[in-house]
Amino acid sequence: MSEMRYAAPKTLAAAVALLAGAQGRARVLAGGTDLLIQMRTGRIKPELLIDIKGIPGMGEIVAERGGYRVGAAVTGMQLIEHADFAKRWPGVVDGVRLIGSIQVKGRATLGGNLCNASPAADSVPALIAAGAVACIAGPDGAREAAVETVVAGPGKTSLAAGEIVTALLLPPRPAHSGDAYLRFTPRSEMDIAVVGAAVNLTLDAQGICTQARVALGAVASRALLVPEAAAALIGTRVDAGALGQLAAAARAASRPIDDKRGSREFRLSTAGVMVCRAAEIALERARRNDG
Amino acid sequence: MARHHVKATVNGDAVEFLCETGQTLLEALRDELHLTGTKEGCGTGDCGACSVMLDGRLVCSCLVLGVEAEGRSIETIEGMAVGEELHPLQQKFLEHAALQCGICTPGILIAARALLERNPDPTESEVRFWLAGNLCRCTGYHKIVEAVLAAAREMRAA
Repeated sequence: MSEMRYAAPKTLAAAVALLAGAQGRARVLAGGTDLLIQMRTGRIKPELLIDIKGIPGMGEIVAERGGYRVGAAVTGMQLIEHADFAKRWPGVVDGVRLIGSIQVKGRATLGGNLCNASPAADSVPALIAAGAVACIAGPDGAREAAVETVVAGPGKTSLAAGEIVTALLLPPRPAHSGDAYLRFTPRSEMDIAVVGAAVNLTLDAQGICTQARVALGAVASRALLVPEAAAALIGTRVDAGALGQLAAAARAASRPIDDKRGSREFRLSTAGVMVCRAAEIALERARRNDG
Repeated sequence: MARHHVKATVNGDAVEFLCETGQTLLEALRDELHLTGTKEGCGTGDCGACSVMLDGRLVCSCLVLGVEAEGRSIETIEGMAVGEELHPLQQKFLEHAALQCGICTPGILIAARALLERNPDPTESEVRFWLAGNLCRCTGYHKIVEAVLAAAREMRAA
């Protein structure tokens, strides 16, 4: 690693120029909790590390467009400690809380969890269910993309060469909305999701679900938005019948692998269970949330 | 070879060291600054033996690059006792025999202090969840948790 260079650009333009100029031999460094391990094991050998934490706004959570802009280098602990964000998006915070230890959450970032593109990343299904949009800067300018379109496969994103995720935008929150993320792991802490499920829903004054988004993690090569699962909830009171339809839709959308953490059959079964439990928590939160 | 000249604050003292890009903060602390109280366990952020405070945040120093410490404030186990006077957590770890081989102890003490600074009156469950990132292969954790709770009681009474 003695040849590896380090740059801490102070502007986004400088970071994009460095990344684009390195032609694939540079890596973006945010929290480093995945990157440093990949370097240590020799899986990657970057020639240049581009530390984005010194770029203004990257580490900030700000109210914007009626919702929130969360800088790509905001750490898990920063997000957990932000009381108003946690009140608005408890499901996103559920996901973040499950990422590693306190130590790891002190460094690990939302942008990094997204761009590392693990199919089992805990914050990603919750962000997808929330309708979060990634702000992306690149050599051809800035663009925005729904989070579910950024992840492309294990370790793969849809980002073009030289592009950097700069922030995540969380939309405005109607009254009577709630979200939740749950995962199955053999133990309660410090583990990797066998199945993850996120549900975000909004109720009307009569308690009927008017909007919903459902996302699954660790049951396909990337986190999935499952519109059929959301459709099972919309127009219902999220009652037992709707939950049955939700579970069936979630299982139908899952394309899991067999591995040491869970068989394909187990993951299919568990996806249905976890998505129903997440929906029940989201429902309870939506009922309590009067805006 | 790219060597970075890093200026930082460690336990309140201004320090300078040279490091390569790939060197971790843990390696810089141990090999360049000779502060060997911070231990390497796994090197992948799983065991917490290398826990330090970085600008007031509990982190694994094996997952931080030395060059990232530029201008930052770091607190290690070497700064925990004041002269000969042990921190209440250190005293309670001795009284409760909360360590055997001792490799995990500096990281656990740093992590436990960070908990008590945020939450002076944690429940046993809160202590166990907070310390989930610190592995101990000797004690079975019970004595560690007891020592942290005893230190918290003493610090609240002080």
